[in-house]
Amino acid sequence: MSLKQCEGSHAVAAAVALCRPEVICAYPISPQTHIVEGLGEMVKAGKLSPCEFINVESEFAAMSVAIGASAAGARAYTATASQGLLFMVEAVYNASGLGLPIVMTVANRAIGAPINIWNDHSDSMSQRDCGWIQLFAENNQEALDLHIQAFRLGEELSLPVMVCMDGFILTHAYERVDIPTQAQVDDYLPPFSPRQILDPSEPVSIGAMVGPEAFTEVRYLAHARQMQALELIPQHAARFRKIFGRDSGGLVRPYRCEDAETIVVALGSILGTIKDTIDEMRDEGYRIGALGIISFRPFPLAAVREVLQHANRVVILEKSLAVGIGGIVSTDVRMALSGFNLHGYTVIAGLGGRSITKSSLHKLFRQAEKDELEHLTFLDLDHNIVNRELERQKQKRRSGPIAENMLRDVVVIAARIS
Amino acid sequence: MNAPVELKERFHQVELEPKDYRDGVASFWCPGCGHNGVLTSLLRALSEIGVDPQNLVSISGIGCSSRLPYFVRSYKMHTLHGRAGPVATGAQLARPDLAVVVTGGDGDGFSIGGGHMPHMARKNVNMTYILMDNHVYGLTKGQASPTSQRVMKAATTPYGGLEEPLDPILYMLTYGATFVGQAFAGNVKLASQLIKEGMEHKGFAFINLLSHCPSFNEIDTAKTFKSSCEQLDVGHDVTDVSVAIQVVQQAKKDGRMPTGLLYKVQRPTLDERMAELVQRVGGHKDYDLRKVIDLARP
Repeated sequence: MSLKQCEGSHAVAAAVALCRPEVICAYPISPQTHIVEGLGEMVKAGKLSPCEFINVESEFAAMSVAIGASAAGARAYTATASQGLLFMVEAVYNASGLGLPIVMTVANRAIGAPINIWNDHSDSMSQRDCGWIQLFAENNQEALDLHIQAFRLGEELSLPVMVCMDGFILTHAYERVDIPTQAQVDDYLPPFSPRQILDPSEPVSIGAMVGPEAFTEVRYLAHARQMQALELIPQHAARFRKIFGRDSGGLVRPYRCEDAETIVVALGSILGTIKDTIDEMRDEGYRIGALGIISFRPFPLAAVREVLQHANRVVILEKSLAVGIGGIVSTDVRMALSGFNLHGYTVIAGLGGRSITKSSLHKLFRQAEKDELEHLTFLDLDHNIVNRELERQKQKRRSGPIAENMLRDVVVIAARIS
Repeated sequence: MNAPVELKERFHQVELEPKDYRDGVASFWCPGCGHNGVLTSLLRALSEIGVDPQNLVSISGIGCSSRLPYFVRSYKMHTLHGRAGPVATGAQLARPDLAVVVTGGDGDGFSIGGGHMPHMARKNVNMTYILMDNHVYGLTKGQASPTSQRVMKAATTPYGGLEEPLDPILYMLTYGATFVGQAFAGNVKLASQLIKEGMEHKGFAFINLLSHCPSFNEIDTAKTFKSSCEQLDVGHDVTDVSVAIQVVQQAKKDGRMPTGLLYKVQRPTLDERMAELVQRVGGHKDYDLRKVIDLARP
């Protein structure tokens, strides 16, 4: 075991390097940049060889280069976030449609407008239907481990995998991580054996146009492969435990759910704060637990149902917002609970980097325990600022840009407080 | 779309000092950043043109440079990475009576947004594009940009770059821009003169301002930019694109960067050609944009 205190980004860079990537392509965007810079440093130190590191002119190019490299038989990796992910979307769908097992880190960050560099899950959630496997890390150790599992899983299924980790909260946090040995990773991850490859000695075309005669069938198989991943992910987690000696990955991770009446569902690093809050509430006698979802795509309907079905209520706390309906994760959880009569509460929290504090969670969970929560709640929403803007819009047709107005209000209110 | 107007009629309407065009937002640029020279030059040019801030639109993408509109009294938009040009094109077409200035960096303009540059030039959109060219990605803390020299070492290019740096002015000359100039951002006199002339020019004016980044570019410093800039000859023919290209290429061979007005010709602008098209084939030449906006209102 080699324990190292390092930044989350560098832990991921170390994991990617151990996976022996052959092509890395990237365009800088916060909060992902430190990952590829870390890989760049390893190239410089001669620790990453043979590997081509390509600086590209945009995220669209980054994913396109990864597609070309993967199609040519190389183990390909890239990383992005937020606007960068959205900019590459056409190529993101292309990669999964072609069945190319690229691994990409998404350092989760809000999407503008308004422009915001801080953490939430809007970016990767926007790609929930793109055909990539999506795994969410709770801490830096898991972020490191999931990248190793991602290459194994993706290459076995010929599917691309997105490893999602909270921007800044994880990418820029220093934690102690166990960096595996090369022998361990080599034992776990065999060399890439592509299902399709651009090989002059055995020519194929990749990317043929498909009409109505077979389009549905191609897409059906993409879905079937994700269903297959539901079986493989726990198997890979078990094998990972055998080689690396720790639990990491899997479909879901229940916490103190055995006798829980209330279960909080969440993804990513916020699970740490949720678990601390639950421990404190358990000490007070509340029967409350948490369910962390690691595999968001494929979504483990059966595993989620198995954990939640005996509870009285479920609180789904998510760092993304489906404008016009509310929750994104909630929609999937409610599908898992179809036929069960549970109280379900959706809580939108942490958008654009807003802190989710233990005190807010205590208040929230206590309200849930009493079934006093609205079905859709925005945690710590400042109604004053919203109402001021609504009033402005009522008073005047040309009330101006909302973000600028609200920022001005925040400054005014902050000045009054100080 | 409103009918094309002579922007010059909008100039010299107010008498304001350069400082009067400075918005109250404090600068977030690093001390010693060349972009301060760009801002100073722009403020001076605006003062000399005498444009009313309410007739001025300042649009940017993403990057250190793209913070500039925050500092200028004008209507302003901070748009997406690489998309300032198309957004400005839309604004200019909808309101040809306003002076439109785009500011962006070498990454914004020639990396992620590079696909738009030829089209703004060949369309001859009536606006001024100021490239704040510091040969590095500054906002993400120092990676190689498309104008970085190959010898520049950065975290993602530890052995230097693999690609040749591109020359923005060569590209814009061949893309069909009708006004192309270049200056060192520290030379406020020349930079402001070019901006002024660019804004007065009817058509797409591209001005490359070499702006040093003291934080992340140790190769192209204020000193090296200043020493390698070479003022164009007085007799330089600004109407011949092949002469302009030849001058730039020869200067590159000599390790110099030509500064001043390289090229300037008149060609119908996009809004003029649209107006002519409407005139020729019919259409709703008198339609009122406000009525269209009203239709979209809830």
